[in-house]
Amino acid sequence: MIDTPSVDWFALSPSLVGLGAAAICLLSGVFVPRWMLRPFVALVAALGFIGAGVMAALVYIESPNASLEVADAITRDRFAAFVQIVVMGAGLLTVGVSYSARMRRDHIGEYYALLATAAAGMAFLVQASSLMTLFLGLEWFSVCLYVLCAIEIDVVGSLEAGLKYLIIGGMGSAVLLFGSALVYGSTGELGFSAIANATTAHDLTSDPLLLVGLAMILAGLAFKASAAPFHMWTPDVYEGAPTPVTGFMAAATKAVALALALRLLTVGFPDEKDVWTIAVAVLACISLAWGNIAALVQTNVKRLLAYSSISHAGFMLIAISADNSLGGRALLYYLIPYSAISVGAFAVVGARERELGEPVTLANLAGFGWERPLLGFSMATFMLGFAGFPLTGGFMGKFLIFSSASEAGWNWLVIVGVVATLVSLYYYLAVIRAMYMRPAAELGLAPIGGSPPREIMLSGAAFLAMVVNVGSFFAVQPLVDFARGAADALPL
Amino acid sequence: MSDWLATILVFLPLAGAILVWLIPFGRIAGSIALLFALAEVGFWINGLFKMDFDSGSVTPSFDQQVTWFSDLDVSYHVGFYAFSFWLAGLAVVVMAAAIAYGFWVGRDRPRAYFGLMLFLTSAVVGVFASQDLLLFYIFFEAMMIPLYVLIGVWGGPGRLGATVKFVIYTMAGSLLMLASVIVFGLTQGTFDLVTAPASDSTWIFLGFAAAFAVKAPLFPLHGWLPDAYRESSPEVAAVLSGVISKAAIFGFIRICFVEFPGPFADFRNLILALAAIGLVYGSLLAFRAPDIRGVIAYSSLAQMGLITIGVFAKGGLGVSGSILQAVNHGLLSASLFLLAGTIERRTSTGSLDRLGGMARGRPALATMIMVTGIIALAVPGSSAFAGEFLILAGVFGTGWGWAVAGAAGMVLAAMYMLRLISAVLHKEPGPAVSDVALDLRPAELGIVVPLVGCLLVLSAWPAAISDNAIGTTLNPGPSSSARANRVNDEPPEGRMDFVPVTIHVSKTR
Repeated sequence: MIDTPSVDWFALSPSLVGLGAAAICLLSGVFVPRWMLRPFVALVAALGFIGAGVMAALVYIESPNASLEVADAITRDRFAAFVQIVVMGAGLLTVGVSYSARMRRDHIGEYYALLATAAAGMAFLVQASSLMTLFLGLEWFSVCLYVLCAIEIDVVGSLEAGLKYLIIGGMGSAVLLFGSALVYGSTGELGFSAIANATTAHDLTSDPLLLVGLAMILAGLAFKASAAPFHMWTPDVYEGAPTPVTGFMAAATKAVALALALRLLTVGFPDEKDVWTIAVAVLACISLAWGNIAALVQTNVKRLLAYSSISHAGFMLIAISADNSLGGRALLYYLIPYSAISVGAFAVVGARERELGEPVTLANLAGFGWERPLLGFSMATFMLGFAGFPLTGGFMGKFLIFSSASEAGWNWLVIVGVVATLVSLYYYLAVIRAMYMRPAAELGLAPIGGSPPREIMLSGAAFLAMVVNVGSFFAVQPLVDFARGAADALPL
Repeated sequence: MSDWLATILVFLPLAGAILVWLIPFGRIAGSIALLFALAEVGFWINGLFKMDFDSGSVTPSFDQQVTWFSDLDVSYHVGFYAFSFWLAGLAVVVMAAAIAYGFWVGRDRPRAYFGLMLFLTSAVVGVFASQDLLLFYIFFEAMMIPLYVLIGVWGGPGRLGATVKFVIYTMAGSLLMLASVIVFGLTQGTFDLVTAPASDSTWIFLGFAAAFAVKAPLFPLHGWLPDAYRESSPEVAAVLSGVISKAAIFGFIRICFVEFPGPFADFRNLILALAAIGLVYGSLLAFRAPDIRGVIAYSSLAQMGLITIGVFAKGGLGVSGSILQAVNHGLLSASLFLLAGTIERRTSTGSLDRLGGMARGRPALATMIMVTGIIALAVPGSSAFAGEFLILAGVFGTGWGWAVAGAAGMVLAAMYMLRLISAVLHKEPGPAVSDVALDLRPAELGIVVPLVGCLLVLSAWPAAISDNAIGTTLNPGPSSSARANRVNDEPPEGRMDFVPVTIHVSKTR
């Protein structure tokens, strides 16, 4: 008879609520009449995200002190709860965006079920406190995303995107798993804090096996966070995947992978600090350089945003490499506007895509800002947010991140970030330029008359994302306090 | 009430902008915007009577501070020193004139247009009012957003290229400034400008100086200027050269000078040299420019060089003169750009070859151009003469060579202004000038006359500004203890011995 550990159901509740919603969505495909299937599953998924978010908030309130639960496999702390709230918020926005997307009737239930399951997996992953649960959570949401990428079999490139993501993601997972094995081989431990203790006890700080293992784990997480040079899949997958899914991936996957990287590095490898801070800083520089420079020449807006997301992985890695409390706060704070902006930007792209029936390029965005004032204005604020202009949360995020790097004594990293921001302006402003400064007549579209489609859910999601983006600029103090509570759970 | 004045000045136009954006009647957008712009001027005049110009206190007038986020000691802190209050006054007057011009001409998509103009007003006034470094940066950057759209959407045929150049240049400067802001704030432990101790880090200083040098612009960072001034609509060009460039002067004085006394002295000669080159070079380019806007644009480059010379001169005389000249130049270039706009509307060209003879039968236009032009070339008795004289007198003590360059600039100014006047008003009527082209309409006069009126008042009484420019920040006649404490290594110079001594005293390095 094996002893079963006591399970802290409350700590697991965000994941469980997500799974519950997913189960209902799946079953609805069978039991709910077809005419009301679409609104019903969307509602269930939305409620699932809200419920999971509320549970995460309760966990945040109830867990001022971090504790290891379920046989030390997961951590119940505010850090995880914070990221879960961000993921669920991104999921909720994604539901709004997906509702307007055209999608085959026969897999609507599955679509929302996979979305909720993926979010549940992410919620589980950020709680991971052992290499085992880390891998489990990672695969859990990755498998969901592989399918979500390929779900629109009618859309050219969707299958290709799914396959690419599957192969390269599998590669990333394999690297991460191999790294975990090396770390286990070196320390004999799986739990993050146990690894740290074993490292100190046996003086393994410069053990090659451990360092190679750490490097491979970091590489595996960088795959998921699409940090250069592990980003090769990003543009193709982002371009091919259904646009709402892309938005969710850009926002949530990156948030979770980076948050987990911060937890793993600070909890599991505090003694190797000198090594990994440099490594992460280098990753950040490569991501910033590669993402921004490659984005300059993009004409397809989805690809452009994909490269921009690579560069943002770079910005957030700066916060991790700073390895101080301010860095933790900065990362967590930045996740809020960043996730909202990502989902929102892809939502707008999706709306334009449906309008034109072809991939959105900078050229065919012409006049969009004047035709759809709300979406255009939202998109403009998203681009300004990405570029880090004031009056958007993106500015505050960058400001905090640069401050953390400066506090860590790495002013050179501030300069790198500033130069990267300057380069990024060119393509972010190119989107605004395309939307507002080029007349639609240049497009030569046949006038079809009538008003543009009313996509209330999508417009609502975009509006909400804009409110988060602008609101987080003014409400810095409460959000930073909120992030401080979360970051204090880590030994920063 | 009076403590709220700075906040009201900053946020009143923003409220107007939001109102204009939300009310779905494009037809009345212009009237609402004009109303708000005039109310803003009214509040500023109200402040003029309440402003304490002679206070020796370190805290600015209308001081108001609310903590924004405590982690890094960032606060919403606004207030006006005497010099920044004059610059803010310039801003609200010129913005009102620009909005009125836009209203008179009638712009497409009026809600977006007037909302952005009001938003820009808020940002500019915010720059002059902010006493917190991060807040300053935020307003400084916030100016970019409306300007970008205003040039890019309502500009001329080459607007897209012009906006890209403009944005890349200015953002390169201001992002370097962001790095400096962060490092300064973290090393000094606060972002508050009033309480932050002075710094002597050269690198941080250079980050700030770069941003302001691009914004002003100083030679050789003026690459964006001709395109931006030519391609934007006349009222936006008026705002750009008249108001936005003054943000750089504010930054040079409030941040570079006050917060970095050491590096300021170290780099004085370099910046004076760049400013002097800009003055002469800009004047020469203005003399050779083929169109009205080119003349005004390059004369702006020259004038900003001259004003910068005054700021970087030792002693208070130069700074007083700079503030006076900044206000003069703002009003002058705004009037000239708006007049250029009215001429372009009548002839559909700004090319000097195709213009000429416009004085005949158009007395109002001729009078306005003559008066502005004569003041701009700094004829003795004009306010520009007073400003330039103070600057030259101030810089003479620093090195007579700088004064020679400045005097050369004044001579060149006479050359290009007279060339402009004669090319537009006199000579034979140009091919683009039709006999039926009207004189200035009453509405146009209503826009330009107040600007010129301000100039005439200042010509009669330049001391209104020059004697009250450095009162609050800079206490003339420092006490001996203040002298002992002064961190600036320069010797006291005469009666007008200026320098924000009071501020330095409160700062320990």
